[in-house]
Amino acid sequence: MTWTAACTTDDIDPEDLIRWDHAGQSFALYHSPEGAFYATAGHCTHENVHLCDGLVMGHLVECPKHNGQFDYRTGEAKRLPACEALRIYPVKVEAGQVWVDLP
Amino acid sequence: MPKRDYSLLGPDGARAVETGLAAAEWYHSEVPRKVMKDLMQRSDAPAIRDTLLLYGTMLVSVTIAIWLWPSWASAPFWLVYGTLYGSASDSRWHECSHGTAFKTPWMNNAVYQIASFMIMRNSATWRWSHARHHTDTYIVGRDPEIAVMRPPELAKLVLNFFGVIDVIRFFPNLVYNALLGPNPEERTFVPQTEWGKVQRVAIIHLSIYAATVALAFWMGSILPLMVIGLPRMYGAWHHVMTGLLQHGGLADNVVDHRLNSRTVYMNPISRFIYWNMNYHVEHHMFPMVPFHALPKLHEAIRHDLPAPNRSIAEGFREMWPAFRRQLAYEDYFLKRELPPTARPYREEFHAISPGTPAPAAPAPNALPAE
Ligand code: FES
Repeated sequence: MTWTAACTTDDIDPEDLIRWDHAGQSFALYHSPEGAFYATAGHCTHENVHLCDGLVMGHLVECPKHNGQFDYRTGEAKRLPACEALRIYPVKVEAGQVWVDLP
Repeated sequence: MPKRDYSLLGPDGARAVETGLAAAEWYHSEVPRKVMKDLMQRSDAPAIRDTLLLYGTMLVSVTIAIWLWPSWASAPFWLVYGTLYGSASDSRWHECSHGTAFKTPWMNNAVYQIASFMIMRNSATWRWSHARHHTDTYIVGRDPEIAVMRPPELAKLVLNFFGVIDVIRFFPNLVYNALLGPNPEERTFVPQTEWGKVQRVAIIHLSIYAATVALAFWMGSILPLMVIGLPRMYGAWHHVMTGLLQHGGLADNVVDHRLNSRTVYMNPISRFIYWNMNYHVEHHMFPMVPFHALPKLHEAIRHDLPAPNRSIAEGFREMWPAFRRQLAYEDYFLKRELPPTARPYREEFHAISPGTPAPAAPAPNALPAE
């Protein structure tokens, strides 16, 4: 496991997400309405579509292609056609920096 | 030029997968993230207002129609009720299947189930068929919702203004679904975990129709069927009229919705029945934008889109001759022109036709080359 600096806390608006590409992989980083940060795999589990153009509503992220939804805190699929959970990654914030723990 | 094979189990579909035309990355107009976030915001209010108006008007019109039955004076009320039952249900089914109509999930689901029943679609199957329609819009052999196949069968199109073909196809499949679950084609896009749901929905729909027919026999009158079932035929005309305009006569096997979809300005009544799906290029490019925000989205990206048709009549004047030309030459299509402010088409997508390879899509999970 390696803690990797991903972005600063100001890079993501509250209740929004950004795309983060690192070492040939793509991730989605989230800023929840209460100010916490989360990380998931970047692509939807239904089809190969990046979630970065999706919509964050509370703790859900909605995929821009077919409106499948996931709880980005747990990765759980919450609305069809998404059935399979998203992979999630531990996140910590230190001095305004968002770190993601990558396997 | 080989004939198109629209079967989801046929060679055109397999070729689309091989060449990367299936599940490809589609063109999107540039919209600043802040603007797009605003456009995507959900709200219950517009859909609650429209749903109360829809079901209220249906209730009033069907009550008067039953009261005046069997006099011809009931006809205008059946027309109103039937059009809302057999056409507005199409757009409600559509918006609620995307989950964008209401902010509250149970409201989307309730209206989705009611609308699916009215429009004679299995709610469990069609959710998946519509997802495929968005992934592979008008890709031959992949898209299960191609309304006009080439060469067009004009007699069937005309019959479908009265729902004839849809209803003839629906009932045998309903019985199949109720007995055996999804049919082999449906199994190509409905995941196995949902097959039981397909069967349960079919059993419920079949039971309602059986009860309605039994009531009609018991009363010795078709009145119960005028209320449930037949409006899908005598009220289908509006959704067929607007549905044909969505993609009719335009390119197939391309991955830019500006080429294969049509935006048409419509009168307010048609827009209410159709729930703003006349902004069809916009809807396909950004399916997360709810119906009530589509006019704003149109304003935000119209500089990048072909000029919309200015009315339903103008759309038909363009589309119908294209259908007639496709009778003789099925590769004919209407090529959309872009305004000078638009980002250009990738011209190679105009050249794609059945039997020719398409540009390869990126491999799953790989980062795109910048
Ligand atoms: S690609 Fe995400 S829901 Fe279909």
